[in-house]
Amino acid sequence: MPPPPIRKISLDAPPTVVHVPPVPLDGNGNGHAGPAGGVHTPGPPPSEAPVLERMRCDAVTIAYGPKVAVNRVDLPIAQGEVLAMIGPSGCGKTTLLRSLNRLTELTATASRGGRILLDGQDIDALEVTTLRKRVSMVFQQPNPFPMSVFDNVAYGLREGGSKRPRKKELMEPVERALTRAGLWHEVKENLDHPALRLSGGQQQRLCIARSLAAQPEVLLMDEPCSALDPISTAKIEELILELREQIAVVIVTHNLQQAQRVADKVAFMYLGELVEYAPGEQLFNAPQAQRTRDYVGGAFG
Amino acid sequence: MSALATPPRDPRAPLPGPRRTKARDSASSWPLRDRIGLALCWGAGITLTLVAGSVLLYMCFKGITQLRPAMLWTHPSSDVDQSQTGGFLDPIQGTLMLTTIGIAIAVPIGVSVALWLVEYGRPAPLARAVESAVDIIAGSPSVVLALFGLSFFSESFLSWMSFHAEDAAFGRSFMIAGTVMSLIALPLVVGATREALLQVPNHVREASLALGKTKASTIRAVLLPAVRPGIATGTALGMGRIIGDTAIVILLLGNTLTIQPRDGAAPVVGLLQGTGSTLTSYIYGNSPTGEGNAPEKAYAAAFVLLLIVVALNALATRIARGRGKDTAWIR
Repeated sequence: MPPPPIRKISLDAPPTVVHVPPVPLDGNGNGHAGPAGGVHTPGPPPSEAPVLERMRCDAVTIAYGPKVAVNRVDLPIAQGEVLAMIGPSGCGKTTLLRSLNRLTELTATASRGGRILLDGQDIDALEVTTLRKRVSMVFQQPNPFPMSVFDNVAYGLREGGSKRPRKKELMEPVERALTRAGLWHEVKENLDHPALRLSGGQQQRLCIARSLAAQPEVLLMDEPCSALDPISTAKIEELILELREQIAVVIVTHNLQQAQRVADKVAFMYLGELVEYAPGEQLFNAPQAQRTRDYVGGAFG
Repeated sequence: MSALATPPRDPRAPLPGPRRTKARDSASSWPLRDRIGLALCWGAGITLTLVAGSVLLYMCFKGITQLRPAMLWTHPSSDVDQSQTGGFLDPIQGTLMLTTIGIAIAVPIGVSVALWLVEYGRPAPLARAVESAVDIIAGSPSVVLALFGLSFFSESFLSWMSFHAEDAAFGRSFMIAGTVMSLIALPLVVGATREALLQVPNHVREASLALGKTKASTIRAVLLPAVRPGIATGTALGMGRIIGDTAIVILLLGNTLTIQPRDGAAPVVGLLQGTGSTLTSYIYGNSPTGEGNAPEKAYAAAFVLLLIVVALNALATRIARGRGKDTAWIR
């Protein structure tokens, strides 16, 4: 069976039924048309912003104790495009993502080799708080803080978690961040409500707004839609495509269709190694490596 | 066409539920030991309810018949004539003061200990030692702590905490009793705060760090608000423990019938250095085994004490139930 055709979920379009062309059968009577085998799937529309390299992994190796989770990975991360990291569970993609803003340092046993550069500067040379303000992260589970919607977004703008500056001065950047995250119209009446009363999808967009408020240069997203319903997922995917114009976006996803819908570049990782890094359309339609072909064709993972 | 013959269902009628075996039919097929076990569980629960209910009812009956409203605002005094011995204003004030002092010391220390244990907890042997220390305090009978406190606070370098002569300290005062009382509330505050901290998923801490915040501001701005209901529960439980304790009052508060501030000291300081009693020690003193031997006064005071404790328990339960409504993360 070929996988069902992929289409972007459009919220206001009338429901449509996509005609599936009959699949040519091979000698064994099996359909043979994985994504690698002929059905051409388009990627996201090309970005209008110029592509500009912001980060670079240079032979990055990360180990938890003796166990190597990421093995000598070289990877560029550019503004103006979305990089998706795909691969089976435990292949090191989340570890690599977390190392980009040094969250791996929170794990006592983790150690890192190689260099990670942000605008040509080694991130180890940066103050960790400065680095994380520039390279922000959105997590798998929506995790707003136990405070109001407004305070959640303002949190990143206030130094040291204090209540200053006051609400009035912060209203403008908070509104801007919520608007960018596509949440402003849903919460503008309820900025004082506890953030944990929002729905899961709203919470996740609030977390994105919270990250955007501090104006990061790189946004890391660790399976941001895996806990969400399809409509919330569609909203966040639209948001990702808008964000890539101004910042570099890296997204880890288990969902190959999602990677196809949002990613300009896709990195396929397997057992800690970067197997293939290519434009999304090429990686899904004409993968070079056998392991990539097997994975995107659904042979394992 | 039997389907057409059935009348249309009343849409307001409750839907038929799923088929269930009746509890009695199900239990009758159980092995004997399971049926006995089930009967014991029922029996235990019902007996406990009966015991608690009869204690409450008996004390309410005794209390309401003995309590005169004037007792709540009359100072006690010792007199051979029972009608002249007054009420128990001073013990009520003593209970409130002692609870305030004990909680004011226990909560900041308890929350700090829990924060250190959960958020830092390194080196591991030290963390284990701290946990054992909390367990030891929690397990020690309060009379043992009181006995230790008596000898410790009688040391001359601590004489400023109580009545004192040239070279000897009395070792009994509100300040001293409150300090030792904080020890019996401490494990409850540590435990409740620790549980609440462990309930906060790790990715919430990481989210704050990923915004370029330090660990200190993460604790202050994210974790403390998240565990506030836990701290409140621990505080309410700790208050209950302090209010209910007798041994520490008798050994360390001087157990004077009225509040006796230290002479010649500044007003508040003198009160803290002074002695007094609480409702529990008043009940003990007036019970048939005590020296006062005025059981009716004991019953009235016990009723007031019971009301305070029941109210605190209800408060703690409400706070604990309210938790999770506003802090429910997907785990």
